Amino acid sequence: MDTMRDRFISTTSALLDEDPRLALVLAEISRDGFDAAERRHPDRVVNVGIREQLMVGVGGGLALAGMRPIVHTFASFLVERPFEQVKLDFGHQGVGGVLVSAGASYDWPAGGFTHMSPGDVALMDTLDGWTVQVPGHPDEAETLLRDAAAGDGRVYVRLSLQSNERALPVTGPGFITVREGRGGVVIAVGPMLDNVMAATEGLDTTVLYATTVRPFDAEALRRAVAGGSAADVVLVEPYLAGTSTAVANDALYATPHRVLGLGVARRELRRYGELGEHLAAHGLDPKSLRDRISAFLTR
Amino acid sequence: MTKTGPAPVPGHQDLTRLLGLMTGDEKHGPAATSTLDALWVLYDRVLRVSPASVDAPERDRFLLSKGHGPMAYYAVLAAKGFLAEELLPGFGSYDSPLGYHPDRTLLPGVEIGSGSLGHGLPLAVGTVLGLRAQGLTDPRVWVLIGDAELDEGSNHEALAYAGPAGLEQLHTLVIDNASATHGWPGGIASRFEAAGWSAETVDGRDHEAMYAAFTAPHPGRPRAVVARVEPKA
Repeated sequence: MDTMRDRFISTTSALLDEDPRLALVLAEISRDGFDAAERRHPDRVVNVGIREQLMVGVGGGLALAGMRPIVHTFASFLVERPFEQVKLDFGHQGVGGVLVSAGASYDWPAGGFTHMSPGDVALMDTLDGWTVQVPGHPDEAETLLRDAAAGDGRVYVRLSLQSNERALPVTGPGFITVREGRGGVVIAVGPMLDNVMAATEGLDTTVLYATTVRPFDAEALRRAVAGGSAADVVLVEPYLAGTSTAVANDALYATPHRVLGLGVARRELRRYGELGEHLAAHGLDPKSLRDRISAFLTR
Repeated sequence: MTKTGPAPVPGHQDLTRLLGLMTGDEKHGPAATSTLDALWVLYDRVLRVSPASVDAPERDRFLLSKGHGPMAYYAVLAAKGFLAEELLPGFGSYDSPLGYHPDRTLLPGVEIGSGSLGHGLPLAVGTVLGLRAQGLTDPRVWVLIGDAELDEGSNHEALAYAGPAGLEQLHTLVIDNASATHGWPGGIASRFEAAGWSAETVDGRDHEAMYAAFTAPHPGRPRAVVARVEPKA
């Protein structure tokens, strides 16, 4: 199976052939994958070197000139390092574009904290008008990338090496109901779905699956809560814990409710190793999730 | 019936009066007048853009990166008919589209919103790339930065890329009022030249010298013009 990043490269290469409005901006990362696309479209595949402020500014400038930019590097260098460029060169200029990150929270733990970006979605959440996509499978990533490229808005697509076993039919921005129960609602975001399904096996809970986390499908959450006996909500996100707690609270403002936000802890682990070890360290493996979800729901 | 002739076309001599209609941003006053002559020469004789062509794909683009002290910019835009003179007294007020830093979404003809330094040159690089990718190789893109704004590292990312990339449509106007705290030993133009740009330094009050520098050919290379004005006191 290819990774989401592989699929991003193949999909974007095809889209560059199909849509003359598209342009890709890179800062070295993934450049080899786009060699063929660059030969076919030298004016629309731009590698600016290791210059991330320029990369995002160039994206904004392409949009000002009427193009649809796709801007790509690791999440830490796409969102965190040039954050003001993201804020001003897209949002403040009032133009659209697609930011596609790789690396996620700890795709490459051996690389250490400099290449980890658990805070990217929380940062993007401070900005207006961004759609945030967190696919859980390469097929979903392709669907969401194609939608993002065809649109005009501002879209952040967060790719990860972590993937669910099977893709779900992601056809719109709404959450998908994967399991129905009466004792609480668990929202699994993107690649957390498999672990959430394993963790809630046999529990009487509803499981909603979210790939589009902004805008947040408040209506789906309210429907799910209304169908159960308690307004208890657990968010399981593959990035900073609690990133969506506020929007879940806002969705349920008219109902007494409880929200547990699970995800990557703020504390810096200072550990290398493997993805699975980091999932376990942050309590996001199936057993830890089951313990924490059960403790919350039976309280 | 009263017959009236066409209204007189505003000229350089009207700019002082137009500037006088704006008050309140005294902090940025010196920054405002440092750009006045260069802006006038650009809009009067160089840029191929008019109020009727602010959305035309073929227009020249002017990006005011140094958004501080935009009074000169607004005065020139008013003189050239891009915005109504009646807007000038509202400068900086809640209901006015004229802020102490410009917002492109509020003013036709303003290509970028600026104020945070170091954004214009990267945006200009992207604009040139976007025009080129659409086969629009005729429009020129101008970006105005200040010598102190050049402190921002994002400019150096952009100028180091634009030279080797041969972005001939790109033009950077550096207004040098010697306000960079640490200066530019070796000169500002040398930074651009070292990166493969065509560069020239001129007197930022001498209209003919600026016009010549703004229109000099620079085949295959981006162009930088450093316009020196009296040092910020």
